Amino acid sequence: MGKITLKHVNKSFGDVAVIPDINLTIENGEFVVFVGPSGCGKSTLLRLIAGLEDVSAGRIEIDGTDATHLPPAKRGLAMVFQSYALYPHMSVRKNIAFPLKMAGMSEAEQEKKVQNAARILNLTNYLDRRPGQLSGGQRQRVAIGRAIVREPAAFLFDEPLSNLDAALRVSMRQEITELHQSLKTTMIYVTHDQVEAMTMADKIVVLNAGNIEQVGSPLELYHHPANVFVAGFIGSPKMNLIGGAEAAKHNAATIGVRPEHIDIGEGGPWTGTVGLSEHLGSDTFLKVEVDNIGTLNVRASGEVTLRHGDRITLAPQAGRLHRFGADGKALA
Amino acid sequence: MSTQSSRLAARVMVAPSVLLLFIWMVVPLAMTLYYSFRLYRLISPDRTGWVGFTNYLWFINAPEFWLAMGNTLALVGGVLAITVTLGILIALLIDQPVKGQGVLRILVIAPFFVMPPVAASILENLFMHPQNGLFAAVSMSFGAQPILFLQDYPMWSVIAIVSWEWLPFATLILLTSLQSLSSEQLEAAEMDGASALNRFRFIILPHMMRAITVVILIQTIFLLGIFGEIFTTTQGGPGSASTTLPYMIFKQAIAAKDIGRAAAGGIIAVILANIVAYFLMRGIGRHLDT
Ligand SMILES: Nc1ncnc2c1ncn2[C@@H]1O[C@H](COP(=O)(O)OP(=O)(O)OP(=O)(O)O)[C@@H](O)[C@H]1O
Ligand SMILES: [Mg+2]
Repeated sequence: MGKITLKHVNKSFGDVAVIPDINLTIENGEFVVFVGPSGCGKSTLLRLIAGLEDVSAGRIEIDGTDATHLPPAKRGLAMVFQSYALYPHMSVRKNIAFPLKMAGMSEAEQEKKVQNAARILNLTNYLDRRPGQLSGGQRQRVAIGRAIVREPAAFLFDEPLSNLDAALRVSMRQEITELHQSLKTTMIYVTHDQVEAMTMADKIVVLNAGNIEQVGSPLELYHHPANVFVAGFIGSPKMNLIGGAEAAKHNAATIGVRPEHIDIGEGGPWTGTVGLSEHLGSDTFLKVEVDNIGTLNVRASGEVTLRHGDRITLAPQAGRLHRFGADGKALA
Repeated sequence: MSTQSSRLAARVMVAPSVLLLFIWMVVPLAMTLYYSFRLYRLISPDRTGWVGFTNYLWFINAPEFWLAMGNTLALVGGVLAITVTLGILIALLIDQPVKGQGVLRILVIAPFFVMPPVAASILENLFMHPQNGLFAAVSMSFGAQPILFLQDYPMWSVIAIVSWEWLPFATLILLTSLQSLSSEQLEAAEMDGASALNRFRFIILPHMMRAITVVILIQTIFLLGIFGEIFTTTQGGPGSASTTLPYMIFKQAIAAKDIGRAAAGGIIAVILANIVAYFLMRGIGRHLDT
C-alpha cells in the first residue's frame, strides 16, 4: 500500500516560505511526476514526504496514518537520489543489502533478495564491484536496487536520470516505467524533463513557486491547461501565447496556440515572414515573424522547404485555441 | 596523461633535489653508523678506536633499555589511541551547526601552536602540580589527597601532555575529512533505516579511514622522537620510569658525553622506527590507496 496525502503542508526556511500551502493526494500504485521550473520546490516537497525535512505546518499521511513526525526510516519509503548516494566503500552487493542489514535480516535472506534485485536490474555480474568501478547507468541501477529490496510503500526519485547521457536516459526511463508496471508500487518522480514527465506519468503535478498550478494526466494538461503557466510549461516546443488586440478578438486577455496546431496555407488570418527554420527531418520548426503579433513558433512537416525571408500565411486550427482571462486562468 | 618522454623529463627535473635529499639523509646516517662502532667519549677524546658491537651491546644490556623501548611504544600507542578517539569525537561535535562555529574551531586548534616545552610546562604547573594545579584543587574540593601525577604516574602524565598537544592536529585532519562526506550519503543511510550509531559505523567511519591513517602515520613519525616534553617535566624519572629511547640517547650523548653509545642508540631507534613503519603500512597502509 502506498497512498500519500498532503494536507495544508507548509515549509519555510527562515522567513522564506518555499512551499506556502500544498494539498495533494497520491493514490496507491500511481506514478506521479512533479515538474516545475528550477527552484520551485520540487526537491523540497519530495524531502518533506521522505521525512528528510520537517514540515513547518500541515500534515502528511501515509496510508491514512499520520506520518508528519515519523523519522524517515519509519515511513517505509525509499528514495533514489540524483547523485545516487551509493556507499563508495561497499561492494554493490553490500550497497543493495544495506537496508536489509539495518533491518536485521538474516544473511541468507539478504542474499536471496539481493540476487533477486540484481536479476531484475541486470546487475548480477557486478555484485562484487565497488560503485567507483561502475558506469553512470549501472550506478543508477544499484541505487534503484537498494530501493526495491526494501519493498517500500512508495519510491521517491529526485531527478534520477539527469546525470546520464541522452541515449541512456531513454533506456533507463523505459526501465523505470517497466519496473513500475511490474511492481505496481507508488512512485513519485521529480524531473524538469518534459519528455520524462509526459511519457512516464499517470499524473503530473505542475509546481510553480511552491504552489500547485495543476494536477492531471499528461494529456489532460496538454489539451486543457488550467492557466497560462501550465500552458507555457507543458509541451515542447512551447505554446505560443499571444496577448493584446489579437487576444481581445477572442474575448480573452491571452490566447495560446501550440506550434503543432498552426497550419500553413492560403486564407489564414495571420501573415508573416519566416525567420529561423530548423529542419529535423521528421519535422520542421519555424520561427515566423507575424505582422502585428510577434514571433510564433510553428511546427510543420519535414517536407516543408520554406526559407528565411519567405512570406506565408498561418491559420490556427479550429478548436485548438486556448483562451485565458486577465487572471491567467483558462476561460471555458 | 604522461608520455614516455614527459616522464623522463620529470625524472631529470627532480633528480637534483632527490640527490640533495639523499645526501641530506645519507651523510648523517653514515656518520651515526660510523660513530656507533667507535670509541668516542668527549671526556677522553684522545682514546679512540674501533670497538665492534660493544656500544650496541652496552646499550641493549643497559638496565633501562627494555623499559625505554616499552615506554617509547607506550607513548606512541597511547597518544595515538587518545588523539584519534577524541579527535573523531571532537570533529563530530564541532561539525554540528552551532553559533560561533568559527571561533570554536580556532579554540580547538589553538594548543597545536604552543611550543612543546611550553605546553609541557603549562600542563605540569597549572594542571598537574600537587599544590597549584587545577586537578589538585579538584581533588581537594572532594576532600581527597592531590594525585602526584609526575611522581606516581610519570608515563601516563607524559602521554597526557603529548596527547593534549597533538589532539588539535588529529581533530583538524579528521574534521576536514568529515566535511567532505556528502550529506546525501547520510540521508540515504537514514532512509535505509540506519540508526545514528550505525551511520557512524558503516558510513562515517569508513569514509574517515584514510584521514585516520594519515593522522596515525604522521603522528607516529613525530611521536617516536618526543623529547622536549619529557625533558621539561619528568626528566625520564622517577628513576627511569619515564625514560624513552630518545631520552636514553640524550642521556648518553649529553649527560655521559659518550658519542659512540649515543650513536648506537640512534641506530637502534632507526631500526625500531622502521619496524613500526613496516607494521603500520601492513596494517593500515591499504587505506591510502583508491
Ligand atoms: N536548506 C535550505 N535553506 C534555505 N533555502 C532552501 C533550502 N533548501 C532549498 N531552499 C530554497 O527552496 C527553494 C526550492 O528549492 P528546491 O531544491 O526544492 O528546488 P527544486 O524545485 O528542486 O529545483 P531544481 O529543479 O533546481 O532542483 C529554492 O529557492 C531554494 O533556494
Ligand atoms: Mg531539485
